[in-house]
Amino acid sequence: MSATTAGMERRRPIVLRAFRWTRRILLYLIVVGGSFVYMYPVFFMLRTSLTKESDLYVVPPIIVPLPPVWENYAIMWQNGPTWSWIKNSLIVVSFSVVAETVTSVSVAYGFARTRFAARDKLFIGVLATMMLPGAVTLIPRWLIFHRLDMIDTLWPLLIPRLFGTAFYIFIMRQFFLTLPRELDDAARIDGASHLQILRKVVIPLSVPAIATIAVFSFMNRWNDFLEPLIYLLRTENLTLAVGLRFFVSRFGTEYHLLMAGAMLLIVPMIFAFFLAQKQFIRGIALTGIKG
Amino acid sequence: MASSSLSANTTDLREPPAPLSRWRAARKWIAAQEGWVFIFPWVVGFILLDLGPYIFALIISFLNWDVGRPPTYIGLRNYQAAFTDPLVGKSLWNTAYYTLFHVPGSTIIAFAVAGLLNQRVRGMPIWRTMYYIPSVTSGVGMALIWIWLFAPRGALNGMLGWFGIEGPRWLTSTTWAMPALIIMSFWGVGSSMVIFLAGLQGVPQHLYEAAEVDGGGWWAKVRHVTIPMMTPYIFLSLILGVIGSFQVVTQALLMTEGGPDNATLFILLYIWIMGWNAFKMGYAASISWILFAIIFAATIVQFLGARRWVYYEYQEPG
Repeated sequence: MSATTAGMERRRPIVLRAFRWTRRILLYLIVVGGSFVYMYPVFFMLRTSLTKESDLYVVPPIIVPLPPVWENYAIMWQNGPTWSWIKNSLIVVSFSVVAETVTSVSVAYGFARTRFAARDKLFIGVLATMMLPGAVTLIPRWLIFHRLDMIDTLWPLLIPRLFGTAFYIFIMRQFFLTLPRELDDAARIDGASHLQILRKVVIPLSVPAIATIAVFSFMNRWNDFLEPLIYLLRTENLTLAVGLRFFVSRFGTEYHLLMAGAMLLIVPMIFAFFLAQKQFIRGIALTGIKG
Repeated sequence: MASSSLSANTTDLREPPAPLSRWRAARKWIAAQEGWVFIFPWVVGFILLDLGPYIFALIISFLNWDVGRPPTYIGLRNYQAAFTDPLVGKSLWNTAYYTLFHVPGSTIIAFAVAGLLNQRVRGMPIWRTMYYIPSVTSGVGMALIWIWLFAPRGALNGMLGWFGIEGPRWLTSTTWAMPALIIMSFWGVGSSMVIFLAGLQGVPQHLYEAAEVDGGGWWAKVRHVTIPMMTPYIFLSLILGVIGSFQVVTQALLMTEGGPDNATLFILLYIWIMGWNAFKMGYAASISWILFAIIFAATIVQFLGARRWVYYEYQEPG
């Protein structure tokens, strides 16, 4: 009843309504269709990883392999010291996420909320490290860790994370600047120290932003390829991302095994992304990364 | 753009100038240095891991340093060698080729997708996640997948076959290997997409209403409201895109190893080969400085050019 009266009231010309409907349907088609185009490589990987080798090139292509061939994963797993690779990756990632997040938050607080003479000049240094190519420091850093006898250990992948990461410091500082200053002024009057303000006032308000840099850190360290490639030597000392490099040379065109390996690398990240997604999307929207 | 907000909170609460005893002045000075405690880790890291290595890299670039043998000073000869090395030229050309298509292409795609994902459509969190997942999984995992997609009898050529097109041998073709890597890069636009999405949500609604009142259609709104308001984000995305694009290496290392016939030899890949396969650290360092100069120049040019097209709200009078 109410619906009909509402319809009567509007009295839009039928052509216009038809036009609006077509536009809406078109919009849905593009959004949903595009999302399938973007997910296609991942679907395709999942499918191939569960397909028999002899079925890879069957025409018409098999969309859902039945029954799924789990043996592919077993063969892939036995290709190398997979457990060691996963263990190494987990050490690097868990340490990095904690270290990078804690340090970057603290440094960003220093840049956003404390006052000292050189502060803004130093912040230009943060921006510079964000903008200057890391390629230049690759060789000297390697030589330094070589001199420290740390090649083929995880230390060169862990130590640099203790000093904060320019991009995360930048994101957190921009976010802290959006928090109302009256909050910490009030806390100051109550006699709180900077550390207390950071812990009791600023951090509780910054959970989405902190989650954002934690997700970035997880993704970047889990995917990191060049650094472990140059610092790690022996097969059992590699991280998963670099270890899987051997798949390409060893399995070559055995794509079903290659895809099983890719799954191993990708699934934890998809999982982590889903867990953090809500905070993450909010964090991105809030930080705005505007500059 | 980032420097604009540097002074955002430097407006001190003016304290009345009170006569202070020396003791109290000293205490006040110490209290004012408290901020150092917070940024201390970064300062240490900056000196040890950035500033120090930069200086060190400069020194190394003047040395003939094959790891294992004592280095000798050879002046500018590494640079002379680099400028006449045809592979340096080739890899710079390849890198420029990639950048020229990857950066504008992925910016446009990211912008369009962000625009789509900013519409009111049911189930949007799911669609957003689906667009973002390939970026989450970028790097080695994605490279492995695309090796298979680009395989001679892989999915892409299968699809081209439906239209009667015989696809090229993507990754093993000197002509098509680079386009293949560029196409693949368009699946990793998630981070710029999310930045744009955040920006779109900040465009004031009243501007669109004003455009509507003036009789502007969809395109007029995009052209005269969305794009001008988004220029700071587009600029940030371009700056970071160019810096990243000049240092692309993982895909080439995994998928083509620089081949075929050096068609995908990127400059950073060449640095890696020189440094860690040929162990010519001095030479590799000198090439990294050439790369530095190029990225630096590209960034400066973009910042200078930005004055013409990047729009900042606060510059508007009134």
